[in-house]
Amino acid sequence: MSEQGHSGGKKLYLSVWFWLLALTIFEVIMAYQHMPLHPMLVILMSLSVIKAALIISYFMHLRFERLSLFLTLFPALIFCLVMLMLFFPDAKRLYDLRVP
Amino acid sequence: MSSTDLEYNTGTSVWDGGTSPYAIGSKKLGMWLFIIADSLTFASLLVTYSYLRSATDNWPRPFHSWPSITMATVMTFCLLTSSVTMVFGVAAASRNERKRAAMWIVFTILGGLAFVVLHLNEWRGLIEEGVTPFKNPWGVPLFGGAFFTLTGLHMTHVIIGCLYLSVIAFAFGRGKFSFEDVEVSGLYWHFVDLVWMFIFPMVYLLSNSTVGAH
Repeated sequence: MSEQGHSGGKKLYLSVWFWLLALTIFEVIMAYQHMPLHPMLVILMSLSVIKAALIISYFMHLRFERLSLFLTLFPALIFCLVMLMLFFPDAKRLYDLRVP
Repeated sequence: MSSTDLEYNTGTSVWDGGTSPYAIGSKKLGMWLFIIADSLTFASLLVTYSYLRSATDNWPRPFHSWPSITMATVMTFCLLTSSVTMVFGVAAASRNERKRAAMWIVFTILGGLAFVVLHLNEWRGLIEEGVTPFKNPWGVPLFGGAFFTLTGLHMTHVIIGCLYLSVIAFAFGRGKFSFEDVEVSGLYWHFVDLVWMFIFPMVYLLSNSTVGAH
């Protein structure tokens, strides 16, 4: 990447850092709300995905790279991550076997 | 596509390799490919942890507000801050300010070391409670296996990152290595930070004793 990609300036990076910290504090506050596990899981993972997107886009500069790099790397990764989710129905089956 | 289509950009023949489709160096592409592969390793471990927790009725939740959640939050702060100092280091390297880049990378290493010290201290607390990779007082031995494998692999990445950045800071400050080398090391460090953004809520926050059972 050229230097241009790194010319976002300290202000941009500090604001991303601020938002990452704010989201982290929000996550911690959420963890102390009395809420069932599954809605909590969805909320916390959604916040983590937002934080990951901020890190990848700005700190890792993917936002300033060619679209072809993103398209080569990420759709395959997301596909594999979704495939990993196929294990969870089996976890529920095991739980139901153990806890009638 | 005719050979002329490829030649217009570079003025070279298609037989010379054509144009670079990503417009980045091979080192950077290599690091991105490593990061994608390593993401799947960590995703597999996180899915393993979640699978075991979902399938187990009495999954242990030993992480209380103090010290675990508080310390894990401070560790998150250390990693996020070390990421922003790494960005400043890469930006300084892009301007060829070698001493300044090395200084920012040293700050990054300090953030990483603070993370490791706090994490080891947390491990010590758990081990004193009787949690090991093979057994724990709650009778769910897979908890220790899953927890120590996941957090241990991440800590190994942080320690390797500190060593990697030490070499980069030392050499770049002394006029060796290129900007791309610093940028590639930054990619690795941000990835280590990124992985923690998933371990922290999945392992610690969801084990908070106020969250609903199971």
